[in-house]
Amino acid sequence: MHVAVCIKQVPDTWARQSLRADDGTLDRAAVASVLNELDEYAVEAALQLAEAAGGTVTALTMGPESAADVLRAALAQGADAAVHVCDPALHGSDALATSLVLARALERAGADLVVCGAESADARMGLLPAMLAERLGYAQLTLADALAVRDGIVHGERTLEGARETLEAPLPAVVSVVEHANEPRNPSLKAMIAAKRKAIETLTCAELGIEPARVGLAGAATAVRDARPRPARQAGRRLVGGAELAAEIADFLATRATS
Amino acid sequence: MSRDVLVLAGHDAGVPRATTLQLLTLARRWGRPVAVHLGPGAELAREAVAAHGAAELLVLDDARAERHPVVPAVDALAHAAAGRELAAVLLPAGGEGREIAGRLAVRLDAGVLTDVTPGERPEEAEQAVLAGGTLVRAAVVRGVPILALAANAVAAEPLAAPAETIVAPLGLELGEAACRTTVTARTPAPQGGRPSLAEARAVVAGGLGLGSAEGFALAERLADRLGAAVGASRAAADALYCERALQIGQTGKVVAPELYVALGISGAIQHVAGMQGAGTIVAINRDPEAPLLELADLAVVADAFEVVPALIEELERR
Repeated sequence: MHVAVCIKQVPDTWARQSLRADDGTLDRAAVASVLNELDEYAVEAALQLAEAAGGTVTALTMGPESAADVLRAALAQGADAAVHVCDPALHGSDALATSLVLARALERAGADLVVCGAESADARMGLLPAMLAERLGYAQLTLADALAVRDGIVHGERTLEGARETLEAPLPAVVSVVEHANEPRNPSLKAMIAAKRKAIETLTCAELGIEPARVGLAGAATAVRDARPRPARQAGRRLVGGAELAAEIADFLATRATS
Repeated sequence: MSRDVLVLAGHDAGVPRATTLQLLTLARRWGRPVAVHLGPGAELAREAVAAHGAAELLVLDDARAERHPVVPAVDALAHAAAGRELAAVLLPAGGEGREIAGRLAVRLDAGVLTDVTPGERPEEAEQAVLAGGTLVRAAVVRGVPILALAANAVAAEPLAAPAETIVAPLGLELGEAACRTTVTARTPAPQGGRPSLAEARAVVAGGLGLGSAEGFALAERLADRLGAAVGASRAAADALYCERALQIGQTGKVVAPELYVALGISGAIQHVAGMQGAGTIVAINRDPEAPLLELADLAVVADAFEVVPALIEELERR
């Protein structure tokens, strides 16, 4: 079984972030970049599923040159190979274009099972796993917190809208995992050194047979018209004390009654 | 003539969800609402859907749509879209709405925006990005706009007189590809009668300041008094004071209720990202330096274990 895991470099979620004034894309220079946190669970899930089936794992990302860092990290975790789609034409790609590029790269790699994090911490659209399944014609099993593959069927469990669900889908399939789906392993020093020697394959749009006009800002079906910081909330009234404040708080709640 | 607006009309055993009525209200603003109903129960849904202005109710009365997630809804919407002049396709952002929207966008090669607040026209909408701290006015520039709307982004308003809704079968036969993924078991989790976190109009959230799972029950008691949903900070969820599903923040759920009450939550960016769209914020914290107190409309510097039981008593008396 060949497992591919799609990962993304995102700005650190614990830091303040901003968009570029000129084209409304993320100002990557302004903030430290890290592996999308949910993707740590995706990498671990891919490794566990491949180990159980005696398969291999390929880590895949699309992004600027710096995004190779997250592939190095995945290799250190234990991925066997890494593919980096890197092309200036991709700058500003929307979800449709990103899914097109990743789908082409996945077809080229020939994965039976594609693992993704449920969403990225920056855009939070949560569209990519479903879009990949649509483009590849694979079954989808998303938002899982437990996964296993037996006899060509992927089994998963998830909580959706308060209900606990058990699902199954035949391979080939795209799966996505949520936070705490597993315990991501810490790479050993030896694995980190070994990862430095593993090659990362770099691909351009041309090598994937994608016309540059279909991707990037020019090929996007959505656009950012403008971006502004959320208006700062004004500090309101402050009360200091103990149980005697109850009546005053209740009065305040009454003025803001919801129904 | 006004164009059609397709609405994915989610329901629970035929009872339209609150989000469905919100989407129909918005659809009326932009054109002729056409509701798409999957599974049995359309007869039950008809009245509320008509009251909120649906000109048509297209029904895919196939129980398989309930067992096989996402793809049947994509097939149904794509089938309904064919041959129509559409102003927009509207879905709820919650549950599987985003995934259905994403797949439909690939099929129609049309722009999709998720978790949006609507703008004046369907081509424009507002999204919160980058830890919720940045508001983006986003536009769909190719194809029919496909919008997955945030819960409570629009208030549902019934018409004075219900629409004369045409109920018709969708005329689609689900194929093998729609039924590959199967839900083999579904167990509704007990919610203790509380509203769901994503859609609630009021939320009471607890943080590390509540000290323990036993202490966290204080948030639950106040929530039940206020008819609110219960949420938690990541720190409280990490400390296992509550279920992981209650986590609000950058990782976890994003909520925008009319009232948000935080007990013992300091207010890390991580958490604020998930709740700063709330209408009114009340923060109760012993630490006068807690950043969340600076964002609150009412900041209470007090021990939650002293003030909240007294508040619950006060609310009961009134």
